[in-house]
Amino acid sequence: MENKSNKDLLKVDQIQMTLLEQIAGLHEVPAGAYNIRANGEKAGRNTTANIDIVTRDDNMGINIYIKPGTKNESVHIPVVISKSGLEEVVYNDFFVGENADVTIVAGCGIHNGGDAKSKHDGVHTFHIGKNAKVKYVEKHYGAGDGMGERIMNPETVVEIDEGGFLEMESVQIKGIDSTKRVTRAKLADNAKIIITERLMTHGKQYAESEFDVDLNGENSSANVISRSVAKDDSKQLFLSKINGNNKCQGHSECDAIIMGNAKISAIPEITANDLDAALIHEAAIGKIAGDQIIKLMTLGLTAEEAEEQIVNGFLK
Amino acid sequence: MLELKDIYYEIEEDGVKKTIIDGINLTIDDNKFVVITGPNGGGKSTLARLISGVAKPTSGNIIYNGTDITDMNITERARLGVSFAFQQPVRFKGIKVLDLIRLAAGEKLSPSTACEYLAAVGLCARDYINREVDASLSGGELKRIEIATILARATDLSIFDEPEAGIDLWSFKNLIKVFEKLHNENESTIIIISHQERILNIADEVVVLADGKISKKGSKDEILPDLLKGTGECRFMVSE
Repeated sequence: MENKSNKDLLKVDQIQMTLLEQIAGLHEVPAGAYNIRANGEKAGRNTTANIDIVTRDDNMGINIYIKPGTKNESVHIPVVISKSGLEEVVYNDFFVGENADVTIVAGCGIHNGGDAKSKHDGVHTFHIGKNAKVKYVEKHYGAGDGMGERIMNPETVVEIDEGGFLEMESVQIKGIDSTKRVTRAKLADNAKIIITERLMTHGKQYAESEFDVDLNGENSSANVISRSVAKDDSKQLFLSKINGNNKCQGHSECDAIIMGNAKISAIPEITANDLDAALIHEAAIGKIAGDQIIKLMTLGLTAEEAEEQIVNGFLK
Repeated sequence: MLELKDIYYEIEEDGVKKTIIDGINLTIDDNKFVVITGPNGGGKSTLARLISGVAKPTSGNIIYNGTDITDMNITERARLGVSFAFQQPVRFKGIKVLDLIRLAAGEKLSPSTACEYLAAVGLCARDYINREVDASLSGGELKRIEIATILARATDLSIFDEPEAGIDLWSFKNLIKVFEKLHNENESTIIIISHQERILNIADEVVVLADGKISKKGSKDEILPDLLKGTGECRFMVSE
């Protein structure tokens, strides 16, 4: 509650506040460290004894320093854009100290009420120290009824040191016209990464999602789980590469529901460069099973309501 | 009251017409507990699908409480008070047991009320309420959840397609109690498709369906002795 007095420091308007709610679940200034960027400008920042946030020298983003041993703290770094025609590239680097255990919430919301293209390309680089644990949540959301496109191209680069762990959750459910997401990770001994992705495209949207994981360390492991729904005339491309360069375990799974005239491609790739690399990939694309709709109809739902329930559950 | 009038159901397989339901006339009065039994492939499941609207008859009429529901879709019939428990329950990725029971009840049930339905079918609610109705559940667990959704709906007419399949012996005893309770407390009509003597035993009326026709119909005392006599014989061999 002590942060409540900071509320006035936030330089955001109502539209931006709505976007913040959508992408970061924020109704007010978050507890702990945060940096809020609105229309390309810093709209609020808070640091703590253990977490420092510093504007980069080139002013094109921020560096976030998390001290070794920091426990149960969080960092919120949402970005909102409500100005039509704004295009930006932002670099955010996270330095997570050894044995830290933190939650990082990022995300980008674009409200485009105009006819010019709005675009946010964010490059997030994580340096995760020995035995550190990070939960990283990233949500993307678009709104506004202008003709201008809402474009986001997030890139996540991850290096995990020995025994480190990253759990990454990315969600893009609505309103982004075009996206190319790239996630690259390199893992040292005993490091672990779990990535879950939820994606929905509609209208004429296009989404491409690429994962490239190098399991370099002994006993390192990766689990990449993607669930997506493509509606209307939208298109999706899912690429997942896992390279097993040591004794390691890798698993990737792409599960997609296709609707209307949508198109989905899933291209999983696993490469074992070591005798003890155990790698699995699974990919499935299909329409909603007819008996699922029938079952929900026997409970009194219309076919449309049934479809909505099935899609919502699948993406939850 | 449910009335089936001159129901025919034909399908085409490899260009050949096949009659699955061959002119059925059947009236089921309110608050009756009816078991439909008979040999595999006799048309029992099809009949259940025709009543619930999952399939449409080729000809004939289905009248429910005086309303002709033949042309109504599944949703419309469900809203009129027809419930249908599938023989092979459907799995959903991401939909939780609690979500499914809430959808069935048609209202925001409290988790504790939802738990009561699960407990009634012998599932320890705490272990199941937040699980997804997906491949992680066994066939028997799914089957019981399916029955719980019908209890949650509490409609005037409930149809169960082989509810005993995949359910272990211990649970089976409780299952009988579930049906009796549903029948007695809700004063609802229950139609069960079953081969189980123990389920036949609690029926008010037994209907035997073979080759798409009703071959016998009557009280369990009239039907059961004959039916059970037939077991253990190989009719093919006898006719030889």
